[in-house]
Amino acid sequence: MIRVVLPQPLRQLAGVDGEVRLDVVGPVTLGAVLDALELRYPVLRGTIREHATHRRRPLIRLFACGEDLSFEPPAARLPDEVAGGSEPLLIIGAIAGG
Amino acid sequence: MSRVRVLVGTRKGAFILAADGKRRHWSVRGPLFAGWEIYHIKGSPVDPDRIYASQTSSWFGQIIQRSDDGGRTWQTPGSDTAGPAAAAGFAKGESNRFLYAGEVGTHKWYDGTQRGWEFKRVWHLEPSGRNPDSVYAGVEDAGIFRTSNGGATWEELPGLRCAKGHLWQPGAGGMAVHTILLDPRNADRIFVAISAAGVFRTDDGGQTWAPRNRGLVSKYELPDPDAEVGHCVHRIAMHPSRPDVLFMQKHWDVMRTDDAAESWHEVSGNLPSDFGFPIEVHAHEPDTVFVVPIKSDAEHYPVDGRLRVYRSRCGGNEWEALTRGLPQQDCYVNVLRDAMSVDPLEPCGIYFGTTGGQVYVSADSGDSWESIVRDLPAVLSVEVQALP
Repeated sequence: MIRVVLPQPLRQLAGVDGEVRLDVVGPVTLGAVLDALELRYPVLRGTIREHATHRRRPLIRLFACGEDLSFEPPAARLPDEVAGGSEPLLIIGAIAGG
Repeated sequence: MSRVRVLVGTRKGAFILAADGKRRHWSVRGPLFAGWEIYHIKGSPVDPDRIYASQTSSWFGQIIQRSDDGGRTWQTPGSDTAGPAAAAGFAKGESNRFLYAGEVGTHKWYDGTQRGWEFKRVWHLEPSGRNPDSVYAGVEDAGIFRTSNGGATWEELPGLRCAKGHLWQPGAGGMAVHTILLDPRNADRIFVAISAAGVFRTDDGGQTWAPRNRGLVSKYELPDPDAEVGHCVHRIAMHPSRPDVLFMQKHWDVMRTDDAAESWHEVSGNLPSDFGFPIEVHAHEPDTVFVVPIKSDAEHYPVDGRLRVYRSRCGGNEWEALTRGLPQQDCYVNVLRDAMSVDPLEPCGIYFGTTGGQVYVSADSGDSWESIVRDLPAVLSVEVQALP
């Protein structure tokens, strides 16, 4: 079971209160987790990754286990703690503005 | 008609203001979609309980919301996970997907170079006057999209960008289709306005478009007097009984056409400034027009710190200041292009919202004004619905 923490605006959009828990079949990569997230909550399509290119939106950041994974490729495997469910993948709106 | 419902889009959510036909005592509901920018929220003329909203964020992109019960509950129409569309495999967040058709192409950037079209947000939603499931969306970077299934999916009408799109250039606020006027007599005729490209018209339901900017003069921004595109049109307005007559608030100049935008002439007359954003036509008097003069392109606030709506009762050139109930000192707010609307009650009601978060109403065609609310987030759009 993969745990994902969404930023408040996306929790509001998806209609969830706390963490999201997802089943991911196969290797637990960044792309596979985001695919599973969008499959469960289609309204999130286009909010984290661009519709056409699947590139991360510029003001979205991805963290896990204290590491910034924002610039990792979709095929990058997530840390074992995320794959094992002891740590969540954090999806965060970047600080922008003052 | 005995009630009105005012739909207000702001920088941090939407609000629904409601009153009876006297328009004196108001209820306020919101914020809806709290924290998100609501560029526009507008109801269907065919079914007033069908309301569409453009919910946007620089972080999280574009969301289309739809209500079928007058704004009490909302759904993202293409994202159903349980309904028949999902069972058929169509539930893919399509309602938020605005992809330009075919070769994306380029437009002019601020420095004169060419840059590829890139979708940013929906500025304006224009529900059809014939079918509640049919809606046009004006977007940034400038383009027009259409849904015929209540917002579940959207497709571009790419012919608009073929109308010299490579010469369009963003203004300070970006490059967006911000106004869509549907001709009530002719379903194939649509006008759009784009900052900073101008007015465009289709006569074949959106397949082909042509610039309609003859007579516009923008001598500092656009030195070529014969330029077909590049004019910074802020807003155009039509009275439904007379769709060949349009009024325009341009970057500078208030303009009018009497021949469906084949040619334009200036009607700024005695306005204290002919810069501004919104323009509206009285619901019952096609020659009564309202504008809000703003000091200049660099100083986006009322002249002399006095918030004045100006009304012409003769189709332009002769304007009177409407001040009763509006702040007449130390007022430095702006009124954005989509933030003024009229209701069809008797007498006609006029509404506008400010960047300072006030929404004002006049229930007597502009003679006097009251604030409905004073402390909302900056107002981006105001639409009004008359209800039985």
